[in-house]
Amino acid sequence: MGHVFYLLLRRLRTPIITIIVVYSVSVLGFVLIPGVDDQGKPWRMDFFHAFYFVSFMGSTIGFGEIPYPFTAGQRAWTIVMIYATVIGWLYSIGKIFSLFQDHSFIRLMKRNTFARRVRAIQEPFYLVCGYGYTGKRLIQRMDEQGIQAVVLDESQSAIDELDAHELGLAVPGLCANAADPDTLNIAGIRRENCIGVIALTNDDHTNLAVSIDSKLVNPERPVISRSESAGTTANLASFGTDCIIDPFETFAEHLVKSIKQPYKHIISDLIFNPHHNVLASPHQNTSGRWVVCGYGRLGRAIDRKFKEHDIPVTFIEVDPPQRGAPLGTILGVGTEEETLLKADIESATGIVAGTPDDADNLSIIITARNVKPDIITVARQNLSANKPMFRAAHVNLIMEPVRIIADEIFIRISTPLLMDFLELLQKEDDQWARELLLRISAVLQGSPLEAWAYAVNAAQCPAICDSLAREKIVRLGSLCRDPRRREDELPALPLLLKRGEKRLLLPDPDTELQADDEILICGQHGAQVFMNWVAYDYNVLRYIRTGVEAPGGLLWQWLSSLRKKRRRRRAARAGNPQ
Amino acid sequence: MNTEKVVFAFFILLALTFNFGFVLGEIDNAAHHNVYELYAALVVSLIATVMKFGDRTHVGAVLLATSLVADLQLIMAAVVWAYAVNFTEAGLDGAMMASIVSLSAGALLSNITSVVLLILETMMVRH
Repeated sequence: MGHVFYLLLRRLRTPIITIIVVYSVSVLGFVLIPGVDDQGKPWRMDFFHAFYFVSFMGSTIGFGEIPYPFTAGQRAWTIVMIYATVIGWLYSIGKIFSLFQDHSFIRLMKRNTFARRVRAIQEPFYLVCGYGYTGKRLIQRMDEQGIQAVVLDESQSAIDELDAHELGLAVPGLCANAADPDTLNIAGIRRENCIGVIALTNDDHTNLAVSIDSKLVNPERPVISRSESAGTTANLASFGTDCIIDPFETFAEHLVKSIKQPYKHIISDLIFNPHHNVLASPHQNTSGRWVVCGYGRLGRAIDRKFKEHDIPVTFIEVDPPQRGAPLGTILGVGTEEETLLKADIESATGIVAGTPDDADNLSIIITARNVKPDIITVARQNLSANKPMFRAAHVNLIMEPVRIIADEIFIRISTPLLMDFLELLQKEDDQWARELLLRISAVLQGSPLEAWAYAVNAAQCPAICDSLAREKIVRLGSLCRDPRRREDELPALPLLLKRGEKRLLLPDPDTELQADDEILICGQHGAQVFMNWVAYDYNVLRYIRTGVEAPGGLLWQWLSSLRKKRRRRRAARAGNPQ
Repeated sequence: MNTEKVVFAFFILLALTFNFGFVLGEIDNAAHHNVYELYAALVVSLIATVMKFGDRTHVGAVLLATSLVADLQLIMAAVVWAYAVNFTEAGLDGAMMASIVSLSAGALLSNITSVVLLILETMMVRH
C-alpha cells in the first residue's frame, strides 16, 4: 500500500501546489486591497477574514460579501480569483481522476489488492501458474473440494474469466508474468502455507522458471510442472521437480493403455474423471494396425509408445519431411477418403485423429467410418467447448489432453494415495483389473466414483485412534459399515492400505488397523459422510464394533455406570446367601 | 544543472529565510514581527512540503517530516494570531505576540534541520 500512496503523492504534486499558489495569491490580494466598513471608513481585511472569504469563494459556495459590502476594487479581484480558483480545482480534480484511470496506476492497485488477498489466506493453498483450459478445470475441481488456490496468468482475459467464474472460494488471481520472481513473491511462493506449486503455462520456459524458484525457496515443497519437450522435461527433473506432465506423452500412454489393457484403462479413467460412463465397453479386437493422422508432437509420442509395445502403425501427415515422419507416411490431412484409402484403412483396426484442429479430427473420424463402418475411432479433442460435437459423432474414445492433465494433477494433490494405487494396478494383469472393475461397478451402481483417504491419526480418525489407544481391535471392515444399521454395508470399497513402506492392494476387511495406517477408499458419493462419522465419533464406532449403543453424554454415562454398579451389587447380594 | 533541484532547494531555503525574518526581533514586540512575513513563510513552507512528496528514500522521508513539523508550527502561529485579533478583548498584546513568535521559532528549528539535511545530501553526491 505504501507504494501506491507515494505514487499518488508524487503524481499530485503539481495540482496541490497549484491550489496552494492560487489560494495564497487570492488571500494576499484581499488583504492588500483597501475596502470600507459600514460607516464608510477605510478598512482592510485581515488574513483571517480573507482566508474565510476565499475558502467559500473558491469552492463556489458564496455567502456574499462579508463582513462589509465590497468596493469596486475588491469586486474586480473577486472576479479574477473566482475563475482562478475554479480552474485550479477543476485541474486538480481532473488530475486525480485521470490518475485513477491510468493504466500503470490501475495495474499497481490490482497488484496491491492481489498481494493483500494472498497475505490474508490463512489456510494451506496451492500456487497455480497458468489459467488456460487445464488451469480452469483444475481450479474448478480444487474448488469443489475446498482446496484454496492462488492463480497467476499472463493474459488479463483469463484473469477476468477467473473473477467472473462462480467459485465457492475466493481465488485471488493476477495478470502477470509468472517467471518474474517479484510476482511469484507476492503470489505467496515464500509463504509457509503455500503447500504446492503447479506450473501449467503454455510456455516451457516460464514453467521452468516457476519450478526452479519454488525449489530454491523450499526444496521439500512439491512442484508439478507441465512440459512440452523432452529437453524441458530433463531439465525439470534435474532439480527435483516432483511431477512433470507432458500432455502428449500422457495422451499416448493413455492410448496405448486403452488398446493393450482396456480394463486397467477404464479403472484409471474412472478414477481420473468421476463422471466417466462406466458402461463404455472395452474394444473387442484391438490387435492389428492403426492409422494415426498427424505427426506433430503428439504423433511422435504415439510413434514412440507404439514402438515400445509393438503396435503396427501408419501415419498420415501434411508435411512428412519437415516433421521428420517415418518412412511410409502418407501425405495428406486425412480428411479425404483418398488419403485414408492410401493408408489402407480397410485393413486397419483403428484410427486416431490426432491433429490440433477439432474440425479436422471430426472430419477424419466420419470419413474413416464411411470407408470402414466397424473401425475403432479415437479422437483428440482440443477445446473443451467442442464436447457436444464429439459426443454426437459417437467416437469410441475421446481424449482431451487438457482434461487428462488437469485430472491427474488434481488427483495428485487431493488424494495422493490414488497415485500409489494406480502404480500398483499397473503391475497386475488385465484379467485382475476386469474383476476389480466388476466389484467397483457393483459398489457404484451407476453413480459417479468418489475416492477418499484416511490416515489413522488423531486429526483424521480420532475415534479409531482412541479405540486403538485403549487396546481395542478395530478392523478395516468397521469403516465400511452403515452407522445407522451395522448389518448394512456402505457402498464403498477399500482399495489400498499403506502401512509404512508396505502397500496392500484390496485389503481384507478383517485386517486390524494400526496407528499411522493410510487407507484409500472408493465408493458412491455420500458414503464418505457416513464413514467420517465412524472415524470421528467414538460412540458410533463402539456401536459398529460391539452392537451396543452407548450413552453419549457425561450425565448418561454416569447414570448408566451407577446402574451397572447397582446391578452388580444386587447380583453380588443375590449370589451371597448361596 | 538540474532545474528541478534548483526549484526544490529554492523553496526549502526560502521557507527558512522567511521564517528567520519573521522570528528576528524582540519576542513580545508586535512592531518587530510582520504579519505578511508570517503569511509568506506559511505559504512557502506548504509549497516546500508538497515538493517533497513522493520521495521514497530515507533522506526524502526525513525531509518531508521536517517540513510537516514546520507547517504545523506555522499554522498554529497563524491560528493564535487570528484568535488574538478577532476573539480576545485585549487584541494582539505582548503575551500573544510572544507565543506566536515562539511557535514560529519552533518552525525555524525544523526548517534549519531541513536545510542541513539538504546540504548533507548534496555533499554526498559526487557528481
